[in-house]
Amino acid sequence: MSQNTAILTTRPNLTRPRGLAKVFYDVKKSLTTPTTYLVFAGIFLWLFTWWLLCEGLKVDRFDKLPGPITVAKEFFSVQPFQGISLFTDIYYEHIWVSCRRVAIAFGVATGIGVPLGLFMGWSKRFRDYSFPILETLRPIPILAWVPLAILMFPGFEAPVIFLATLASLFVTTLNTMLGVDSIDDAYFRAAGCLGSSNWDIFKNVVVPGALPFIFTGLQISIGVAWFSLVAAEMVSGDLGLGYLIVDAYVNSVTVPMVIGMITLGFVGWVTSVMVRMLGNWLMQWHVRALALQGR
Amino acid sequence: MATQKNRGALSIRNVTKIYDPEGVNVMAVDDCSMEIAAGEVCMIVGPSGCGKTTLLNAIAGFHSITHGEILLDGELLCGPGKPKADQGAERMVVFQHGALFPWKTLAENVAYGPIVQRTMRKSEAFEKARDMLAEAGLGDVVTKYPGEVSSGMARRAEIVRALINDPKVLLLDEPYRAMDALTKSIMHESLLETYDRTKVTIFFITHDLEEAIFLGDKVHVVTTRPCQLKKTVSVEIPRPRTFETQSSEEFRVLMEEVNEAVHEEAIKAFQAGERELA
Repeated sequence: MSQNTAILTTRPNLTRPRGLAKVFYDVKKSLTTPTTYLVFAGIFLWLFTWWLLCEGLKVDRFDKLPGPITVAKEFFSVQPFQGISLFTDIYYEHIWVSCRRVAIAFGVATGIGVPLGLFMGWSKRFRDYSFPILETLRPIPILAWVPLAILMFPGFEAPVIFLATLASLFVTTLNTMLGVDSIDDAYFRAAGCLGSSNWDIFKNVVVPGALPFIFTGLQISIGVAWFSLVAAEMVSGDLGLGYLIVDAYVNSVTVPMVIGMITLGFVGWVTSVMVRMLGNWLMQWHVRALALQGR
Repeated sequence: MATQKNRGALSIRNVTKIYDPEGVNVMAVDDCSMEIAAGEVCMIVGPSGCGKTTLLNAIAGFHSITHGEILLDGELLCGPGKPKADQGAERMVVFQHGALFPWKTLAENVAYGPIVQRTMRKSEAFEKARDMLAEAGLGDVVTKYPGEVSSGMARRAEIVRALINDPKVLLLDEPYRAMDALTKSIMHESLLETYDRTKVTIFFITHDLEEAIFLGDKVHVVTTRPCQLKKTVSVEIPRPRTFETQSSEEFRVLMEEVNEAVHEEAIKAFQAGERELA
């Protein structure tokens, strides 16, 4: 009997933590796994190598680049020597302009690319029409479109957005189409058996079935949008992070260049996380199944 | 659900199916005929890749047939002038690897049929779905996704998803193939229990002989490709059957009879060594 109770008192907690308890659980878990510490160790190691090259050992050629301490000093300075810091309005304007452009480009690319990909995956006939064109245009590097974009669109804004849209459109369309291809035929058959109309199948099988691939595609496509945007801003632009970098280079000020790069990395990472979070929210079934597999 | 002894009679008459992958004709089914009475549990047994699934696909309306006709309660499903049957909820398929929509909860899966067919209002369909799932012992997991429950539970939910549409025929394509023996025996009992309640006609493909005799009224042994009817064995063991049935003398004699017919075909199939057809 006493043995029995002993077993009962040590039984694990079988309820799923919710709300604040879930937050505590997550924090506690993150502090007890090596992941958190490794992340910080990794960042530190990287910064240290950078410092060593540029400021510590002053390796030849690297000594002309700004080291982490120089960049940090400038970045947090109220009156920066080279014009860009956390306390200058122009810094935020560059971020804002680039973010707005990416948002428009990503939005348009998703709005066109997802439906296009869904139809290409779903309808053999539509795919026969459109796929060869897509496959021919897709490998053309986005920089090769720059002259054409400048000729086609007036001003700075439109060509830049066009280029970012184009790059991200190809990725989204292709991934969405592959997503539809990836759906097991049994689901289409089951839906047919259950008396679905074509529209029911589209809504209940094609779209949700392709969703995991679509979101993989969107994560890549937002990255591609950033990178083609920056390339476009470097060639033609008046503002934006890409312009900031190339403008700094032209004016031989190196710190804003590095600040622009770091900012790009950070903002790009945040947008990618946002896309992933949206995907997880929409695909609870996927997330929960993966969680059970311990991933 | 009402007893439905009077509906769900399947006639398969002289059905032939020729595939033609890469220009070479492959005969999957050759002049195959069988009669399945309303409310009968009909087990189709044959070697892997012999064309059993082709037959099921033709009944369900997934594939066309080349020759012959298939009738359900005297109405032509497919035949001359109409090579491919329409898909419809009176013939529900339960798939080999399971085809519950992974992006819908069990309740949403089960309620799906009546909703898209507009035979029930949404709230009604969900209520019925929850009731039927509870009846099948799945009351606690109605809000779970298929990926979160065991394969046995998922397969049971899939049968519930089929039954909510009140089908005339249930078409099962080796539904318990990937399961371990213990889960399988539980699935068998639950299927028998469902059958005793609904008396729905069951067309069940398997290559598990014990399963065939334990569940079936008739066991149709078919030949290796091209698929033809080789032998029909009637199973006269009274229902309800329990797992003890499987150790009875009657069961053993039937096993021998079926085994002899199947074994011959299995050897032929092995020697032919052909790849399985879809």
